[in-house]
Amino acid sequence: MVIQKKACAGTLESSDIYVEVSPLPQGSGIKLDLNSVVYAQFGKEIEKVIMETLAELGVEDAEVVASDRGAVDCTIKARVETAVCRGRGEE
Amino acid sequence: MSKLVGSIKEAIKLAGLKDGMTISFHHHLRNGDMVAVMVLDVISELGIKDLNVNISSIFDTHEPFIEYIRDGVVTGIETDYMGGVVGRAVSEGIMNKPVIFRTHGGRPSDIINGVSPIDVAFIAAPTSDCMGNCTGKYGKSACGSLGYAFADAMYAKKSVVITDNLVDYPLVDYSIAENYIDYVVNVDKIGEPSGIVSGTTKITKDPVGLVIADYAARAIEASGLLKDGFSFQTGAGGASLAAAKYLKDIMLKKNIKGSYGLGGITSYMVDMLKEGCFKALYDVQCFDLGAVESIRTNPNHMEVTAAHYASPTAKSSAVDSLDVVILGATEIDTDFNVNVHTDSNGYIMGGSGGHSDTAAGAKMSMIVAPLSRARLPIVVDKVLCKSTPGNTVDVLVTQRGIAVNPLRQDLADAFRGAGLPVVDIFDLRDMAEKLNGKPNKPVLGDKEVAKVLYRDGQLLDTIYNVPVK
Amino acid sequence: MRRSMLFLPGNSPNILLNADFLGSDSIILDLEDAVAPTEKDSARILVRNAIKSREYTREVIVRINPVDSPYWKEDLQAIVPVKPDMIMPTKVSCSGDVKIIAEHIEMLEKECQMEAGSISIIPLIETALGVENAYEIASADERVKAIFLGGEDLTADLRCKRTKEGQEIFYARSRMVMAARAAGVDVYDTPWTDVEDYDGLVKDASFAKSLGFSGKASISPRHIPFINEVFSPTEEEIQYAKDVFETIEKAKAEGKGVVSLRGKMIDAPIVARARQVLEAAEAMKGGR
Repeated sequence: MVIQKKACAGTLESSDIYVEVSPLPQGSGIKLDLNSVVYAQFGKEIEKVIMETLAELGVEDAEVVASDRGAVDCTIKARVETAVCRGRGEE
Repeated sequence: MSKLVGSIKEAIKLAGLKDGMTISFHHHLRNGDMVAVMVLDVISELGIKDLNVNISSIFDTHEPFIEYIRDGVVTGIETDYMGGVVGRAVSEGIMNKPVIFRTHGGRPSDIINGVSPIDVAFIAAPTSDCMGNCTGKYGKSACGSLGYAFADAMYAKKSVVITDNLVDYPLVDYSIAENYIDYVVNVDKIGEPSGIVSGTTKITKDPVGLVIADYAARAIEASGLLKDGFSFQTGAGGASLAAAKYLKDIMLKKNIKGSYGLGGITSYMVDMLKEGCFKALYDVQCFDLGAVESIRTNPNHMEVTAAHYASPTAKSSAVDSLDVVILGATEIDTDFNVNVHTDSNGYIMGGSGGHSDTAAGAKMSMIVAPLSRARLPIVVDKVLCKSTPGNTVDVLVTQRGIAVNPLRQDLADAFRGAGLPVVDIFDLRDMAEKLNGKPNKPVLGDKEVAKVLYRDGQLLDTIYNVPVK
Repeated sequence: MRRSMLFLPGNSPNILLNADFLGSDSIILDLEDAVAPTEKDSARILVRNAIKSREYTREVIVRINPVDSPYWKEDLQAIVPVKPDMIMPTKVSCSGDVKIIAEHIEMLEKECQMEAGSISIIPLIETALGVENAYEIASADERVKAIFLGGEDLTADLRCKRTKEGQEIFYARSRMVMAARAAGVDVYDTPWTDVEDYDGLVKDASFAKSLGFSGKASISPRHIPFINEVFSPTEEEIQYAKDVFETIEKAKAEGKGVVSLRGKMIDAPIVARARQVLEAAEAMKGGR
């Protein structure tokens, strides 16, 4: 799946994560910038979940900026998926 | 005669403040306090250095402290609570001497007994006369009770009142009397009203908080302590306030006449007083405008000193007669030790305040907290900082059930009898882990940045620095 | 057993995380009124993921958007595969509204190779036409296991004021109970909307129970213990039900055909009622 336009999903409320995806040229790969209130405790795991979700959705090239407020895995997956769906430019 | 002097600078000079001395402040103006920084500005200007600051609490408005620490003006801090801004800098290791944390009861105890002597006390007073009779009940910067300032005023070698509402002598309804005061300074403004007290404190609307509050109120009802003569303290957190509200409903329904409400006082406690749930409020600190208004107008709403509130070496203090206290926590471990000093990364962002005093005094001390906040579990194997020892903590109320300290089998039985969900604290830990995953532990340094003293002065724990990346 | 159903907004991660610990017998994860039009997609995905990964211990009902909105098909497409217990369609006014939902669920069940009929429907009836058609709605499809009255929208449709006394919905309540019982399904009462008025809530819930409602929905977790209490059998009812079965056992042992308890003959409806009471009492054990 190709990200056509910048799109976001989620909020900055506690237990949520705000995810923004932007297009990158083919072959760029995923550029992930994560900040999290629980980075020390869960940072690596959150990055892993984001990367896996993108791979499942077939996203190969994108810039992803995520601000995490302590979201659990199923929330992270949901917000990434929503942002990607919004960013692929179809309704 | 008048004790009025022209400026803070003049008062500092007259008080004989020198390098290496101890000065003190109270925190009744909370996050609106301008006095502590105002005084340090002048001290710095005068070139006085190496001061020990004994302040009952530090808020984020005291951020300039960080510069004064770096400059060597402030080299020691003794306090009962430290907000996240200054706390972060301290945790990163900007001080050479560890901060001394006491409790709201331990502080006046140590001041009165000469363990932590004060050279010059600076007392922000919302209203004062020229001889230093002063109060927090009146004036544009009114904050209500001045409970934490009494020991400072009475036991410092020199006491300076700083006010922005100078009235004719004699001030009728004074709190601290002139016989303790050396100098009075009149300034334009001692505080920012919006930061001093919140307009209203609000109970939570969060469904999780409401369930916790509901369990908390029902647990108090089931404890056997809720009867005529009942005494009670609660914090100002959303779930604690909601619990107080539900408790009020139960007391009114069952026509229970309590004896006193204690502590930091909010409008919710004022409502309970008005509606006859208590005979009196003992108020060491007002949290909102409703409380300030009440302490000014209702004779049964009484100001108490910090020593009367919670000193462990007083002949008695109000916490000793307390039935139930509701408290918060950032972490609680499976031995029921509670951390209210540091966050999950090890940064200082709080302090005991009256936490361990009331936990020790009350017949039932109850922690209310969600099972996890932002993916971090409330129940841990070992708290990062022991603020309140587990043998004084009786009950943990979460939305997933109530964990009871094994020392209090009587309470566990009473709760079960009332149909409340009693759970093992280890199960709560496991439930949170199942939901959130297991968090990695923060890596801390080996520099001592703070020492936590229990109310009796014994060292309870040491806080280490957080390495800066 | 379903005494209480708690409405929870579908787009709040913290609430979804805690949904089954708020005390209600069922949770209604809402994709409709509680979610802004611009967030329908994110709520749908969030609720789907929550149901998939959370293993809720309570009955899960998902309220979907109405059939005249552009969202309901996507709602079902996302939600059906994760197998909620029930789907709650809104503004249901006739049997056709139920059938179109039921057909769509059936299609999705097939696609996902799920057991046919595994997902039930609880239509929300909140229009004058819906109330008048309550029986045909309740009996429109095998999947309909209960119907639920929405008093707020109904009174708007009736052009009358919604009052605490509820005289204006008395007919609708009676009609709903009659229709549901005639169709052999459960029936749920509209939420009490004054969050702080617990006495009013108890009165309102007790009245609904007296009409024959199975339980009541709620918008506040604080209401749940009150609702559960009202719709739970009392100690006396439980004791009576136990006595009924004891008497029957005793009569059997003694070889008697006709038995009576406290001067009243034990007939089939009394036995059925006693069984319901004991089942409810059993289901209630150890919960809020």
